[in-house]
Amino acid sequence: MTDTTDTAPGGVAVTRRRSVRDRNDAEGGARGGDRPTGRRRAGPPRSWRHSPLRRITPWLFLAAPLALLITFTYVPVASMISYSFTDWDGVSPDRENVGFDNYVQIFTRPELFRVFFVSGYYLAASVVQIAVALYFAVILSFNLKFRNFFKGILFFPYLINGVAIGFVFLYFFQDGGTLDSVLSWFGVSNDHPWLGDPTSANISLAGVSVWRFTGLNFVLFLGAIQSIPGELYEAAELDGAGRWKQFRHIIAPGIKPVISLSVILAISGSLSVFEIPYIMTGGATGTQTFVIQTIKLAFQFNKTGLASAAAVVLLLIILLITWIQRRLVPDDKVDLV
Amino acid sequence: MGNKKTTVLSGALLATATLVLSACGGGGGGATGEVAAPPADPKGVSGEIKVLTQRTDLVQKGVMKAYAAEFNKIYPKVKVSFDGITDYEGEVKIRMNAKAYGDVLLIPGAVAKNDYPKFFAPLGTTAELSSKYRFSDKAEVDGKVYGIAQFGTANGFVYNKALWKKAGITAWPTTPQEFLAGLKAIKDKTGATPYYTNFKDGWPLVQWTANNGSVGCDANAGNKLAGPVSPWKEGGELRAIDGLLYDIAKQGLSEKDPTTTNWETSKALLAEGRIATMMLGSWSITQMRGAAVDAGLRADDIGFMPFPVQKGGKFCAAVVSDYQQAVSVHSENKPAARAWVDWFTEKSGFSEKEGVVSAVKSAPMPATLKDFVDNDVTFFDRSEARTAAVNDIDDAAEIGLNKPDYRQKLIDTARGAAKGSVEDFFADLNKRWDEAAKTAGS
Repeated sequence: MTDTTDTAPGGVAVTRRRSVRDRNDAEGGARGGDRPTGRRRAGPPRSWRHSPLRRITPWLFLAAPLALLITFTYVPVASMISYSFTDWDGVSPDRENVGFDNYVQIFTRPELFRVFFVSGYYLAASVVQIAVALYFAVILSFNLKFRNFFKGILFFPYLINGVAIGFVFLYFFQDGGTLDSVLSWFGVSNDHPWLGDPTSANISLAGVSVWRFTGLNFVLFLGAIQSIPGELYEAAELDGAGRWKQFRHIIAPGIKPVISLSVILAISGSLSVFEIPYIMTGGATGTQTFVIQTIKLAFQFNKTGLASAAAVVLLLIILLITWIQRRLVPDDKVDLV
Repeated sequence: MGNKKTTVLSGALLATATLVLSACGGGGGGATGEVAAPPADPKGVSGEIKVLTQRTDLVQKGVMKAYAAEFNKIYPKVKVSFDGITDYEGEVKIRMNAKAYGDVLLIPGAVAKNDYPKFFAPLGTTAELSSKYRFSDKAEVDGKVYGIAQFGTANGFVYNKALWKKAGITAWPTTPQEFLAGLKAIKDKTGATPYYTNFKDGWPLVQWTANNGSVGCDANAGNKLAGPVSPWKEGGELRAIDGLLYDIAKQGLSEKDPTTTNWETSKALLAEGRIATMMLGSWSITQMRGAAVDAGLRADDIGFMPFPVQKGGKFCAAVVSDYQQAVSVHSENKPAARAWVDWFTEKSGFSEKEGVVSAVKSAPMPATLKDFVDNDVTFFDRSEARTAAVNDIDDAAEIGLNKPDYRQKLIDTARGAAKGSVEDFFADLNKRWDEAAKTAGS
């Protein structure tokens, strides 16, 4: 606007200035009319913002998602919490209120918590997963040949249905299956069933989980990296910073919030692993996780009340860990400049 | 301003949600007590009925439709539709919280026996039905019967006769030791897998439980579990059953990698002679013979042998009930539904076709059990009078007699994938069972 005033002939400039002032006046008036104005009618104009229909509109837009959210998330969660105080078997029309009995049972039966050791495998795997995803995200954020092709390859596993992945990897790990035949091409003969004992079974399953979820982490990281302005790299290069220094001082601090989000997702994910072990081993051979155990309590032993309590406890544990994590690593606003 | 309002509003919504919640749930319970009597005049009965079944294969292949067409020849005005459900137990259990769970259904294992009158219409008194049908005591509450068994099965080992012969064994083993020696001979002489556990699919492991009763020739073996009886103590039937499975796995006579087994392939492998033996119900014989014919082999090569224990020089085979068919208490066409149950059990020819034991007492043993009949195996119906109490204890103890989990752990213990000795394993099961029996199932 200042540009035009400089170049344009006087008359135009004046009109322009007038119009700017008018607008200011109008806004001032709307704010409360603290400034005296020349050409305005008395009192603020009745804005369309004040009509009742207009005020209700955002809620109308929100109604559909809210209704869905409440019906399919909050109501079920609330009923789960209410079941957790009963001895319901899942079918019977009658149920008795048992107070905190189910919770007492969960905390007095150590074997119910032992399954969390299995989560350790998945937690270790998610460290690998984040590292791998970060590595590829950084590499592919630089100009490379076939970038998009590699992006697609890395993200692809995340798009496949978890059940399908379970079946595919069942054949993969079979005795004499894909993995064994590939290994035999390299002269490695393996006589050990991959899912045969708890340690190798859990490592194999955690490996499948890495394969599946690396793509998600990768996309998150890549998005964050690409939002870092390109001039920063140029400036760094001029100053003689290599790739590693660029990563260390520009990329890593730049995507810190996304990394901390990934860590939270990784922790809560490894505590509540379900699909892959459930499809592939059904929790046999020491691969049972907390969620599988909960499912079995509810649907094999008809202890819906106890299982609901277990689910509530898992929810609380995840909330607690998230809270601690946020305390330790506060979510600062990133400012690279 | 926006923030405060949002909180108020969402608070209100949450409160409403909680209110709605406390109002719903547990929709069962309708007009109880009305007997679903068979219609007097087949031509007169009319209405639409929906039949829930777990045999999705039969629904998809149109076999069930063909049965319905046969049914319509006698009951022309009844319209029958089928609902095949893959995860029968899980899904029907949830459906039963509302009223729409079909007109005819199979009673899910999860329903407590005392709740039968709330969900199902009585089909008659015990006195009326027990003389006609097997296993009527399984669904009896206060002198009334709520379900009629679809069919019964005898359990035993399905085996490849040619393979066993090749290993030099022609007579049925009469003791667990002989049986194990037989499996070993197969392993050494033929190179086939002597026994296939179907560990991954799991449910075939459950079939072992059905031998309870066959070991001691005891029709009351099932009922005897209702109490703190340490079922896995030395000399107990379950100890003999699970002990044999343990020995098979321990001596390396089962498949090398149990964790990736596959039921569908196992049928062909048995027919082709790459697997020698599997523990299953007599219902499986037809399927195995089908697989043999598909593979271009002789159906006669598939044999069936009883559990390797004899009592007084004779083998025993307990005949145990499959799912029980019931009529929903909410059905609007109870006479038509009852007509279907009776017709399906007695006249459909389903049992003969599937090679299973008919629930009708007067019906002869199926052709699949010819070997048993010829060799003078003693058949008896295992009583189910106290099954409900046994199930209660089983659930409370979280063992799962009819679930694969504890046997998977047993096999893992045998092959060294789980820690501990088998004695400790059985002792732990006994302890859990006895403790649970003190609070549940009385």
